Amino acid sequence: MSTSGQSGDGSAPGSAGHVPADLPGHDRGGDRGGNPGWDRDGDDGGDRAEDRDGGPGARSEQVLAGVVREHASRLAAALISLLGDFSAAEDLVQDAVETALRRWPVEGVPQRPQAWLYTVARRRGLDVLRRESNYRAKLAELRWPEAAPTDDRLRLIFTCCHPALAPEAQIALTLRVVCGLSTAQIAAAFVVPEPTVAQRITRAKKKVGEAGIPYRIPSDEELPGRLRSVLAVVYLLFNEGYLSSTPERAQARDLVDDAEWLAALLAQLAPAEPEVAGLLALIRLHRARGAARFDERGRLVLLADQDRTRWDRQAIEQAAALLTRAARAHRRPGPYQLQAAIAACHAEAASFEETDWVQILVLYDMLTHLVPSPVTRMHRAIALRHVHGAEAALAELQKLEHDLARYGLWHATRAELLRELGRADEARTCDEQALALTVNPAQQALLSERLRWG
Amino acid sequence: MKYVLMFVETEQFARQLEAMGELELRQAYEAVGQWFTEHADKITHHAHLAPVHTATTMRLDGAEPVITDGPFVEGKEVVSGFAEVEVADLDEALKIARSWPACPIVEIRPLS
Repeated sequence: MSTSGQSGDGSAPGSAGHVPADLPGHDRGGDRGGNPGWDRDGDDGGDRAEDRDGGPGARSEQVLAGVVREHASRLAAALISLLGDFSAAEDLVQDAVETALRRWPVEGVPQRPQAWLYTVARRRGLDVLRRESNYRAKLAELRWPEAAPTDDRLRLIFTCCHPALAPEAQIALTLRVVCGLSTAQIAAAFVVPEPTVAQRITRAKKKVGEAGIPYRIPSDEELPGRLRSVLAVVYLLFNEGYLSSTPERAQARDLVDDAEWLAALLAQLAPAEPEVAGLLALIRLHRARGAARFDERGRLVLLADQDRTRWDRQAIEQAAALLTRAARAHRRPGPYQLQAAIAACHAEAASFEETDWVQILVLYDMLTHLVPSPVTRMHRAIALRHVHGAEAALAELQKLEHDLARYGLWHATRAELLRELGRADEARTCDEQALALTVNPAQQALLSERLRWG
Repeated sequence: MKYVLMFVETEQFARQLEAMGELELRQAYEAVGQWFTEHADKITHHAHLAPVHTATTMRLDGAEPVITDGPFVEGKEVVSGFAEVEVADLDEALKIARSWPACPIVEIRPLS
């Protein structure tokens, strides 16, 4: 995984609607269909009971996840401030979270979940830290509501996303400490064995302590670089959640929820950073189209073929407005704002045919200038096709062969262009190569179908 | 906390250094000297190592000590010196390292 946050591409336009290119980042497709009721005005960083399609069990899971997420990070921040020991504080939070995940489904969510979590953490702390009289005295002071400064959680995020930690460790630590996920939930979300995640977290916490990674907001001169690390973590979470989940995995922890919640929290805590608003808008614009991304049989639907009446117009308008406000107020375009602007162009088009490709191409020109990655250039080529034709796009793609020969979507895109130019045999070869390189089942199904008919 | 900043030279850097004229070389050394002066209040100890061709390695994990010519890992990147700094946390150590004007890699490690 890259910490640059810019290797992937947030909102590739559907390339004439035959490649599932309205996916952020990698060439993997998939999303659960139809969950329109997320917290749309969550700029307060809050989280509400969510109106999901996953049945009552999934719904209460979501409620539970939301409550834990909202409160665990506050508890973690309070404990770290109090104890000055990141690792010990994290252990106590994790313990309280696991107790909550065990007991709340049976006993119901307590009326004051925060006070409940604080009590469990304090008791547990007094128990395990028995020999540390220093900690005991401090723990006795732990009370909810805590008069903690509002930026405590921001300090927490900066510690978890410190570039001195490996990217996987940053992600695992952020999910555990800031979002209140259990190790088991993280393992399930990333489809890795639980001991692997546990080991990552243990190592990361050790490094935080032993290498002296600070618990504070970076200085002004460090801030831009450090914020990039944080946004990269949120972006990767979003990608992972958006792409790896399928309708069959609807019960799995929704990392997109966590990514949106984190982005909303960051937007609230760092209002002077337009890239934060850009990332939040990007996530919301993608989610607003979520309901149309799969058909009733769970198959991936291409951007060109999506039923746009199922898009959440209100969410699209609000996300676009958020982006416009940030862009106008700061006039500092960055990769996330540009990707969100591209996503907004797609989301605001009444039909695929009415897409403003000229505007999208201009935005891609700016984006490739800032992030000249091969994947970004590939997506720009797709936009180019709609403005200057297949021949020009194919020529651009050809220049990327060296970098993208192992990338399924590159072959699939070439196949489309070749087919449009009447070069059917070459197109077929490209599709076969794309199929061999694609691991995502939804994309495999799509390519197989195309090979059958194309 | 105490950290050691280990300065790591690359082959390319060595070549650049060799290609420098007398004036350029003097300027490069001056920049390093200035860096040490600037951070003098944080630097508790520092040393520059003689070139890697002077290194000798002894392995003690066999029946007899084995002495060989060269550094313990043959590589394109070699440690050429170090500075020990006393600062509040990693970010402060990183801040000092960021302005290092010479070789292109710095490894930062806390003293245990």
